[in-house]
This record gives sequence, structure tokens and C-alpha cells, in this order.
Amino acid sequence: MDDYRITDEATGETFFCRPDESLLAAMRRTGKGPIKMGCFGGGCGVCKVRISDGRYQTFKKMSRAHISPEEEEQSIVLACCVKPLSNITLIKA
Amino acid sequence: MALNKTLRPGLIQMRVLDLDQTLDFYTNILGLNEVGRTEDGRVMLKGYDEFDHHSVTLRLADEAGLDYVAFKVDSPETLESLKDATEAFGYPVEEVPANTNQPGFGKRYGFTICTGHRIELYADVEKAAQVPMTHNPHPWVDAPRGMRAQRFDHCLLYGPNIAEAEKYFTEILGMFAPEVCNTPEGNRFATWLTSGNKAHDIAFVEYEKPGKIHHLAFLLQDWNDIGNAADFIGRYSLKRDVGPTRHAITRGQTICFWEPSGNRIETYCGGYTAYPDNPVRVWDVSEVGKGLFYYEGELIPSFLQVVT
Repeated sequence: MDDYRITDEATGETFFCRPDESLLAAMRRTGKGPIKMGCFGGGCGVCKVRISDGRYQTFKKMSRAHISPEEEEQSIVLACCVKPLSNITLIKA
Repeated sequence: MALNKTLRPGLIQMRVLDLDQTLDFYTNILGLNEVGRTEDGRVMLKGYDEFDHHSVTLRLADEAGLDYVAFKVDSPETLESLKDATEAFGYPVEEVPANTNQPGFGKRYGFTICTGHRIELYADVEKAAQVPMTHNPHPWVDAPRGMRAQRFDHCLLYGPNIAEAEKYFTEILGMFAPEVCNTPEGNRFATWLTSGNKAHDIAFVEYEKPGKIHHLAFLLQDWNDIGNAADFIGRYSLKRDVGPTRHAITRGQTICFWEPSGNRIETYCGGYTAYPDNPVRVWDVSEVGKGLFYYEGELIPSFLQVVT
């Protein structure tokens, strides 16, 4: 499978994410994107983003201390807990 | 070694987002032993060099973080006197009867301090089924696994009004602060507290949000085992935070990383010998980067900003 293009809506910066890695893992690997750190376990909430375009899969439980059910409905997620299923546009939440 | 009536932090209950994955980390990578499960599905764990029934409990939850940390005290009489002193200090105390939600543990007293953390006290706990040898003892019974964590060592908590927390731990529990960090205005930014010769049993950093945990720490043998822990972090793609390095504060050697539910773990060794009659070591907050990361000499942003 090809890598997906991820675009930071705030800056226009783009980078690529493998289908089998989280959005945060891709930011870490490429050094691009709006977030540079976090627990990578869904617990700390530092990597909260809103997906404004594109499809994704939540593969890991996100702490309810940081993502409410309503936010989850609005595509607000923790970047360490989701993998892309298409090209994605996101913005730091 | 404890020097007073409060012995040590002997039990910590953590909330985890993925029980199976986090338990696999604790047993196969960190190297704790699973003691058993509670009726409601929590997992009890202990280090190979610990005698008491268990020291870590994992609870599946919707949020990561700390449920409580419990201190063992030297006698039932001390426990009752500390209960009275805690209430007199202003913290309402709840009694948790023996052998209820922590199998093997005697009666516990729990209360919430100003920082938003639940602290518990207990005097009695059964010994574990497998304990370290005591007669012509070998260093271990079964070969240590993974990072070879020996025992639960300490935790660092984030919350408001840590000056009051320090007052509670020193004046009521009889602990002392070998090392502190102050703001330019002279207020506490951080405090390290111990009941014995360890450089710290618990520490606090001033933080706006209550009830947060920065890390829980496990004791390793030495600097070589810190390198061994780093190899496991690399091999199993855990997210490393800082290290291997030394804290100038406590002088401990360390590597910090996150378990699969996002709670930060420290594996730690060394540190100076604390004595209550020695002068307090004082850090200015402007120098805390070097205090925390002696080799790097600067702050690592994730260390101060990522908590659960």
C-alpha cells in the first residue's frame, strides 16, 4: 500500500504517513506536523487534533480525560491512536 | 531504609486504557510478576525483590493516570495515630476494611490531599506466595526478566499547592525533604520527600490541574541495567522520554519512557543517601533543567508538559 499524504491545515505543511503507523508516529519519524511529543499511548492528550478531511481508523483507546464522546463524533482524536485510511487534512485541536 | 514510622510507598494503583497490552509490558518487559486478579478484574503485580503481597495494581479504565498511592507504616498503633493526625490536619479519612478491594492488605485509611491525589496508609499486609530468600539467600529465586525491575521505588505527582503537601508529609507522616526547588518569589516549585535513606519516596511539582501523575519508578540494580532497559525500549518500540542520563536532583541514574496506556515509567538506580540531619539541597527553578537532566544540561519539554 502507498503512504498517505497528511496536510497540516494551519501551515500547509505536508508529510507522509504509512498505512500501518499512527499519525503521531509519522510526525515523529518525519519531524513534520504540528506535534512533537506525547506519551504515544492515548493517555496524556498532548497530540489532540481535528481531522478536517479524510478517513481514518481509531486503533487504540483514547483517554476520556481528553477526548469526549462528542469530540470523537466531530473527528477530534489523539494522533497517536489513529491510522490513516486515505489522505488526511488535520489541525492541532 | 526507613528511619521513622512511615516505612515506604508500598502500593500504587494505576488506571490503564488497555489491560492486556499494559500487563504484557509490566510482566514481560519491565519484569514484574503477576500475583493474581481481583474479583473485579484488576491485576496485582510485584517485583521479584519485594516481600509484601503486591505493590502495583492495574485497573482498566477510560482514563489513564493514578488512582492512589499507599504508604506502609510500622505498626497498627502508628496507623491509628496517623489517622487522627491526618483528620486534625484537615483531611477527612475513609476506612477501607481489610481484605476488600486489595487482597492481602489489612485495614487502610484513605484521604485526598490538597494536590487532588488520594493517599492511603496501612500497617498490615500478608507476605507474597513467592518472596526473596532469607536463609543463606541467593540474590533472586527465579532469574529476573526483561528490564529486571526489583521493586516499586517512588512516584512524582503534579498538582496545586505542593507547599501544603510537603507540610503534610513532613509534619504528619514524619518524612523529610532532602531537596527542594523554589521560584524566584521563594515559593515551592518542586519538593522531594523521603521517609528514610532513599533520596525520595514521593515528589511533587506545582501544577494547575489536580491529581496528575508524572511517573512511577522502579528500582534497577545499576547503570548497566539502565542500558539493558534502553535496549528493551528500542527492541519493543516503546516511546522514550529522557535518558539514559543522571538527575543532579537525587543524583539518580535514569531512563524514562511510556507504557502502552500512556503512563510514564521511570527505571532508576543510584541516588545519594539521605539523612534528616543534613542540610536541604535547594534548586532555583531557573536551573531545574540541569537539575533534572545533568548530562543534557537543559530542559526537555516533554518531561514537564506530558502527564496523565
